[in-house]
Amino acid sequence: MAADVHNKGVSWEIKNGNLAPSDRLRQDRSDSPTPGLVEGTEPGAGQEGAMFVHAQSFEDLTADSESNTDNKSAEVGDSNPENAQKAALEGGEEEVQEESLEAEQEEVGKEEVQSSNKAKEEDVTSETWRSHRKHVFVLSEAGKPIYTRYGTEEALSSIMGVMMLLMSFVEDKKNTIRSIHADGYRVVFLRKSPLILVGVFRTSCSDRELTRELHYVYYQIVSLLTLTQLNHVFQNRQSYDLRRLLAGSEHLTDSLLRLLDRDPGLLLSAVMCLPLASSARDVVSSSLQAAKAKNLVFSILLAGNRLVTLVRKKDQFLHHMDLHLLFNLVVSSSSFREGEGWTPICLPKFNPAGFFHAHISYLEPASDLCLILVSTDREDFFNLSDCKKRFLERLRRRSAYQSLQEALNMPSYPVSQVGIPELRHFVYKSKSSGLYTSPDLPAPYQEEEEHERLMGLYQHLHSCLHNPTRPLRYIYRCAETENLYALVTSGFELYLCFSPLGTKGLAVSAVNKLLKWIRKEEDRLFILSPLTY
Amino acid sequence: MSTRGTGRTNGSLPQTKICQFKLVLLGDMAVGKSSLVLRFVKGQFDEFQETTIGAAFLAQSVCLDDTTVKFEIWDTAGQERYHSLAPMYYRGAQAAIVVFDITKPETFERAKAWVKELQRQASPNIVIALAGNKADLADKRLVEYEEAQTYAEDTGLLFMETSAKTAMNVNELFLAIAKKMPKTDTQNPTHAARHRGVNLQDPDAQSSRSCCGN
Repeated sequence: MAADVHNKGVSWEIKNGNLAPSDRLRQDRSDSPTPGLVEGTEPGAGQEGAMFVHAQSFEDLTADSESNTDNKSAEVGDSNPENAQKAALEGGEEEVQEESLEAEQEEVGKEEVQSSNKAKEEDVTSETWRSHRKHVFVLSEAGKPIYTRYGTEEALSSIMGVMMLLMSFVEDKKNTIRSIHADGYRVVFLRKSPLILVGVFRTSCSDRELTRELHYVYYQIVSLLTLTQLNHVFQNRQSYDLRRLLAGSEHLTDSLLRLLDRDPGLLLSAVMCLPLASSARDVVSSSLQAAKAKNLVFSILLAGNRLVTLVRKKDQFLHHMDLHLLFNLVVSSSSFREGEGWTPICLPKFNPAGFFHAHISYLEPASDLCLILVSTDREDFFNLSDCKKRFLERLRRRSAYQSLQEALNMPSYPVSQVGIPELRHFVYKSKSSGLYTSPDLPAPYQEEEEHERLMGLYQHLHSCLHNPTRPLRYIYRCAETENLYALVTSGFELYLCFSPLGTKGLAVSAVNKLLKWIRKEEDRLFILSPLTY
Repeated sequence: MSTRGTGRTNGSLPQTKICQFKLVLLGDMAVGKSSLVLRFVKGQFDEFQETTIGAAFLAQSVCLDDTTVKFEIWDTAGQERYHSLAPMYYRGAQAAIVVFDITKPETFERAKAWVKELQRQASPNIVIALAGNKADLADKRLVEYEEAQTYAEDTGLLFMETSAKTAMNVNELFLAIAKKMPKTDTQNPTHAARHRGVNLQDPDAQSSRSCCGN
């Protein structure tokens, strides 16, 4: 009976003229001898098209910040000298414009010392404040502080003033300041009128990667206010103190910045699914599909930071970035556990001008399963509350709730399941579906610091693969503590982490084996047949 | 509507009246609205209660003699960016608790502004209670009990000083509100559930819609 409903749910939505029942299609795909060379046929590719806005990974994100130049040679110098067979990625001619600004960077440093203040949380003159790996500042175009990741905004008003000054100084000469590299630091500037975002990073990542993170912070702010309101308040009064409107949201931005350091999904512009038997997921999805309401646009079921299922209105696509902002909202606010939440939220990639209204609640108080129902109507609370009830009833009636809870209690999967020697960890993204899969972090990377270091390594590989001037198809990197291999095709992106005992030959041969394994498991690891209302 | 309600009564609980009321909490941010609600609904208190995003909806019943009073509580966020949404929550509400922090005079001023707005724009017979929260921090008190008391008397509000932390006066406050509620407006649960949908929405538009639905 469950299967019946499932088929009814999907098979009538025929795209690409494909009339094959989805179950048979699944089998055909599993037998495909060369998986993943073409977009749409890679393991994990959705059968009915993507459920996300189709984006070419993060180019889409940085597209609006004009062409960004990366200082590649600096990176090579900074990073581990033992890089063995690193593919050529030098780009010497691009460094000129930025080096000339080193002098100003030193001034920033001096200002940091001067702006003394007894900050509540952290003394901004202290060595600990200065030694943070990633600082992010947001200010208005009038130079007023809006957000700082560490310390208080009041204590940093003069520093932010200097940042503003630097920007307008360069802009006066009809130029744009993008970044300053000095002393192991990168200071990255991003103007998203009416806001200015500045990151001060101690990292070997490219400017592009860092600008991407600033974009995330920008969209986080837009998601709370909408761009329309943001523009409006500053049009009325240039010197407006935006912290008034953002009060109580600092923890959202803090949490987003932590997520950026840890979650490969934000790096890859992709979303991870909760591994779940496809039969169970189908029941969950179709139950959610059935619990619809007139103004409902997206129904999203999350398990922590993993997606269980997403049902959307026909022809409406969610951008992965908007989904990440929703993730962040949910994981950083325990207040949704207490009752049913009802909040306006702007999904800036969908429409920066308007608010959606989201009904956010956990299925059970102690459960990790969180349901987000996104509606266009601000008066829709009780309709959506009713949708949730109907969804829960259906789940229970079809006894899917239990299997869902069980899947939730299990760890994702250990990398040893794949059966590749020396493989410690991997991240695989299916481009056409915008979903990725990754095993549990193994022992050396479970600690916070090591976790972030591994993500940093992936990020570095990512910026090599996606270098705007010299994109790479693959890169192999040997280091003391691990060997890394990353490759990108038109269908997928794959990042592998091997123990230092691995060899390049092993890494290359591992790819096919891994792809075959993912193909075999794709029913469980991905959402292959996304549903619409 | 009422005939429809009685038609659905199953008659198994003849002597227990069930009244359902919509109650909204308003007040500046960080005065303890969510803490009061959680103390009342769940008996819990968290020193580091997180800020509410948007609004949270919770329900709790109290028993008064032969009547069960079910509160449907809208715990709103105090941040300025959500102010424009407030009318959606107090519209159609039969009760409101306006909360301030006795250690922060500016939150008392903000509370007065909320009261004014409610008296101007909410339904005319709304029961408004003023809660001076964080009474456990009496040594840091900056709003005198008498001052708030006088203001409440002048404006016709219920007034209590509360502490979500120690549970002082929390249940008492909700009980006092329940007592002030008009019990004549008795509804059986079926009817009430339907009626509840009305409150958030424009009363006129909704009632005509639900009539068509029948």
